[in-house]
Parts: sequence; C-alpha cells; structure tokens
Amino acid sequence: MNILEVSNLTKKFGGLTANSNISMAVKQGSITAVIGPNGAGKTTFFNMITGVYQPTEGEILLEGKSIVGLKPDQVAKRGISRTFQNIRLFGEMTVIENVLVGMHTHLRGNLLGIFLNLPNTRKEESEAEVEAYRLLEYFNLEPFINEKASSLSYGNQRKLEIARALATKPKLLLLDEPAAGMNPRETRELTEVIQRMGKEFNVTVILIEHDMKLVMEISEHIVVLDHGEKIAEGNPDEIRSNPKVIEAYLGKAALELEKR
Amino acid sequence: MFQEMLQTLPQVIIDGLTLGSVYAVVALGYTMVYGILQLINFAHGEIFMTGAYIGTAVLLIILGMGFGSSIPSLLLLIIALVITALCTGLLGMGIERVAYRPVRRAPRLVALITAVGVSFILQDVVRIVAEILTGNYIVTGPSLFSKQITIPVSSFLSVFNDASLKVSFFIVLICAIGMMISLDFFVNKTKWGTAIRAVSMDRETAALMSINVNKVIAITFFIGSSLGGATGVLFAIQYGTIDPYIGFILGIKAFIAAVMGGIGNIRGAMFGGFLLGLIEMFASANLSLLTGGIFGAEYKDVFAFAILILVLLFKPEGLLGKAATEKV
Repeated sequence: MNILEVSNLTKKFGGLTANSNISMAVKQGSITAVIGPNGAGKTTFFNMITGVYQPTEGEILLEGKSIVGLKPDQVAKRGISRTFQNIRLFGEMTVIENVLVGMHTHLRGNLLGIFLNLPNTRKEESEAEVEAYRLLEYFNLEPFINEKASSLSYGNQRKLEIARALATKPKLLLLDEPAAGMNPRETRELTEVIQRMGKEFNVTVILIEHDMKLVMEISEHIVVLDHGEKIAEGNPDEIRSNPKVIEAYLGKAALELEKR
Repeated sequence: MFQEMLQTLPQVIIDGLTLGSVYAVVALGYTMVYGILQLINFAHGEIFMTGAYIGTAVLLIILGMGFGSSIPSLLLLIIALVITALCTGLLGMGIERVAYRPVRRAPRLVALITAVGVSFILQDVVRIVAEILTGNYIVTGPSLFSKQITIPVSSFLSVFNDASLKVSFFIVLICAIGMMISLDFFVNKTKWGTAIRAVSMDRETAALMSINVNKVIAITFFIGSSLGGATGVLFAIQYGTIDPYIGFILGIKAFIAAVMGGIGNIRGAMFGGFLLGLIEMFASANLSLLTGGIFGAEYKDVFAFAILILVLLFKPEGLLGKAATEKV
C-alpha cells in the first residue's frame, strides 16, 4: 500500500521553476531516498509535502487524502514530521523540552485544566515526560535531558531533531540530510538507528542525503532529481548504473570515459 | 545628606515596590508579545487603562446595589479582578485578530503604527463611554482598603523615619507577585507555555511540530492582556482616580522596564519593573537633595530615563537579556 502519492507536483517562484512535474509513490513502511546535486529542488519538494510551500500545481495524497492547501501544523497533525538540513532545534530549551514540544498535539490538557492545575492534566504531563525520556533513551540522549539543546554536540543535535520529530507520532518522517556534518562513526550509528526505528516506530521514512554509502545501504527506493525534475527512480542497483544519474552527478565526460 | 536619604528609605521602598509591581505586571504584557511577534504592542498601556475602568465600573455597580456594601472588600476585589481579566483578555485577543493578524506579514513598522492607532481608539472609546455613563471622564472609584497604617520603623532603628502605607499596598503587592509566579509556572511548566516558548524561538519549526501558531499567539495576547487589565484594577484601587490617559505614560514606563530587563525575557520584565519603580521613587524623594535643589521631584522621570540610557549604552540586550549572536 502507498502511504504517500505525489502527482505532477510543480513549484514556481516567479520565473524560476524549482520543481517541475514530479510524480512518485512511497510504500508504507519503506525507506525512500531523494537524491540529486545541490540545487536540484529536493528541499523544496520536502517543503511542499510539509505544507511550508503551497505547490503551484499538482496533488499530494497522504493515505489517499489530499493534503494540498493545509497549513504546516495541520499537515503535522495528519502524521507527517520532518527534520531540517540546517538544524532547527529550540536552542534555548532543554533537550527534554524539545521532545515535549513535539508531543504537543497528543497532550489533550486544555487551558482550563492547566489554570486550575487539575489532576488529570498533571498526570498527563508527567506521562508525557516519561514517554519523552524513553524516546531520548532510544537515541542515547538521556544523559543530556536537562541540558540546553544548543549545548549538545552536532551529531547529538541531529539525533535530537529526529527524536523530536518522532515525538509527534508521525506516519511519515522526512529527514533532510540527516548525516550532514557527521563523522564516519556517527554516520554508521545513524544508519543503524534509521533502519531500526522505521520498524519499531512503524514509520515510513523519506530522506534527502548526499552520503551515497548511507543512501545505497538503507534505501529500498531511490528518486533522483536534477534541475527540479525527476530524472530517474528505482532500487539502488538500478540507480547506480543509470546513465542519466551518472551524467547529472559527474557530467557527460564521465559517461564517455566509462564507455571507453 | 546621606543621613537624610537614609531617613526616607523605608517610605521609598514601600512606594517603589507598589509602583514597581504595577510596572512589572504591565511590562510582562509587552515582553510576551514582543517575544512572540517582535511587535511592540503600544496598545497594551491602553488595555491596562481599560482594565482600570472596567474594574472600577464593576465595583461601583456592585456597591450601587442595595446589598453591595455588605459584601466583604476582599471578595469584591476578587470579583472585580476576575471579570476585568476576562474582559481585557478577550479585548486583547480581539485586537490581535482584527488589527495585528492581517498585517503580520507586512513590514514591522506597519504593525507598530497599527498599535499606536489602536491605542488612540481605546483612549477615545473609553473616554466617550465614561462620559456618557458618569458625565465625566475622570472617574473616582470606591475606596477599598484605604486604611492608613504607619510602620514605626524609627523605633527600631533611629536612622530611619516612619513609613506610612495604605492597606491596599499589600493587596497590590500580593496580587502582582501572585500573577507573576503563576505566569512563570505557566510558561515554564505547561504544555501551552512550552508552545509559547517554541513559537517565540522559531515560529516555522513550531508549526511543523504540529503547534497551531495562531492559537498560541491568541493565547499569548489573552494572558498578557488579562494580566494588564487586572493590574489596572489594582492601580485604580491604590491610586483612586483614573482618567483615559493613565495608560500612555504608564505603558511607556512599563515598556522601558521590559527593555531594561531584556525585552522578550519574562523574568527580566519583572525585575525591570521593580527596579524602575524603586529608582523612580528614590529619585522623587531625593533628587532635590542630591542636586542641591536644582532638580525637584518632578524630574524623577528624567532620572529614570537617564538610567535606561545608561543600561542601553552598556548592556543593550537588557540586564537579564542575552546578547544575540549572529551567525556568519
């Protein structure tokens, strides 16, 4: 079953076409990678799916229902969460508070309950803290729960962003360059975590990544964008040998070199 | 000279704390809205003023009813505070919805001018309504808690003079501190408080974490305005007479308090409010003494503003503020 279906998605900024006619389908429970050279329109694509940008044309279906025209918080409530290429944690908050922000919609506590400090509101908030702690434990971040998010190391900040995104209990998780700036050891750890969490949290993952080793290792399906258009898709082996992809990354000369 | 300054100190502290707690709570409204929208909500002083009128009206109406005078003053105060807080809270939310939300994406100056416009509208609406209902826009409220107490400080320590205060001093101080503590708890410990902080740090990311930004902004306005309105009631009880223009200068002073403490910082606003109140009362008692009679007590505002300028020169981010570091 497809959890996400995108058809003829186009985004124009004035005269510039950032995404043109992109169609793709994402299988429930799979890990899909979106790759392409810098400026290929990958992040724009993510921004349209999460409601940050409204598409100029095209349709986005989440579990068969259109999410075009919804605001980011409504999209998030439908079950899509994401991380960012440049880390966007709430730096002045503690690590656990960042995760609690992610849980926001799942706390029912209304304002009346908060002002009167009703017992069930308090109970719910302490349960949320326990849940947040477990999530941080999963990412080995529990030693830092009361530290400011901005004081974490780069690799841990990336992990915290994923933990925060998972706290919204998404069906679909978009990771924008999760391994950017990580050293090889951190990248290896991250690869494992992404593979495990897909199953354990029952979440479908789409990721943008430049680290080809990671991409080839974990993705079941790869979509290649170049100049805002989809130029190829398929499994890792198909992509590796696709001439169009090699051309996009290395230029025509590389192809000719290979033919010789 | 030093001895004379010391003599007036107990009175300065009492008056300073009273005024300072009013500044502090009003400053909270400025700082919360600034934190979340980077908007200086100049209409906030007028919300404080409107609160003073609503509270006074509630008190006058209840006392005008036959059984009104048999209700204990404390209960009367609580009724007036709750009704006023609800009304001004809704008023603040309404103003945000009608005047600020449509211009949220416009340049900041647009919203600032809108705020100035809203503040004039509120002044004149209150003036008209008060004039129609009472025949005079300057209103004197019923005197509650007006018993004078003299604290015989001089009997313990002879360097001090006695200080005198009204019972309402305690009411103002306790209510203001209570409001600040609850706000601090709300913002730091609850779901919606966390959402408010998240939105003020990064609105877009907060939205992507499924937080409804418009709702959070509306709640912020509701809370800031209901605190401001309730403080207006306290002000009316403490100082007796109110007119539609009290919000202007008090609003500016509270704004200064917020800036001194570090705008956008809630604890900073509380600190700045008390500090400004104390400085002002100190200046009012001692300026002529300090300058040999060249400047009188009426220069107290100049003194307070001069301190603000000093703070801005040496610590532009405010006393409790954090310097913004720009990434290059």
